[in-house]
Amino acid sequence: MTGRDQGSEIRDQETEGMKQLLREALPPLGRDREPDRDLWPAMLQRMDEQSSRAAASVPWFDWALAGGLVAFVSIAPRTIPVILYYL
Amino acid sequence: MQEDGSSVLDGFRHGDVDAFETLFRLHQRAVYGWVVRIVRDCSAAEDITVEAFWRIYRAHARFDPNRGFEPWARRIATHAALDWLRSRKPESCVPEMLETVAAPCRCDAAVVEEIRRKTALAFGRLPAKLRVAATLAVVEELPHKEVAEALGITVAAVKLRVFRALRLLRKELQEQGITP
Repeated sequence: MTGRDQGSEIRDQETEGMKQLLREALPPLGRDREPDRDLWPAMLQRMDEQSSRAAASVPWFDWALAGGLVAFVSIAPRTIPVILYYL
Repeated sequence: MQEDGSSVLDGFRHGDVDAFETLFRLHQRAVYGWVVRIVRDCSAAEDITVEAFWRIYRAHARFDPNRGFEPWARRIATHAALDWLRSRKPESCVPEMLETVAAPCRCDAAVVEEIRRKTALAFGRLPAKLRVAATLAVVEELPHKEVAEALGITVAAVKLRVFRALRLLRKELQEQGITP
């Protein structure tokens, strides 16, 4: 057996040893795990939360427009009556 | 039945909530079973399953009925589980199902238990993507092809991740004086 073959065999043994150690530390759970409850009510709740959050949120463009208006008015306060007239 | 199935998939693709509910009820066990094997925490697996299905629902327009629902759902669930693993502190990753298996009695049970605990802790400190590959391929002994499909990577990449995970784990354990 050459030195390279021996080295490869030792590495394989080490890898197998690590795999065995890992399996002992974390026993496999298998395919038969099931949730304790029906998850659909939680799913519905999640969908409701997300849709109400989406409805309540203000688009970034509206915030930018409001910010720009406030900045403009603070720079030129005399324009307030003109803006109000056109509203 | 085939026609019913395809109409449900088609309905889901167009955003129909009833079709989504049908698919949810059909696949929630399979998705949960997959997620719990990755995160090894029953309670978290339930939350991640809901999160995965929420992502699935949002991505309904991108679903391709020809490629099947379950592999697609499994891939999304795997990424949701990965995100959850990334968000956790490594110290809190000791698997909660650790105590379910009795210690082998070939030597002092306390020593074996300590080695198992340290191995689990060291494994929990590995990067999440390495941990997921090693958990599925080594611990659960799933075929590399199945793991690759779930992670959206090649079989060679799965083997590389497993190899890196084992190498890092060995290094970490050797620093603690544990030699497998």
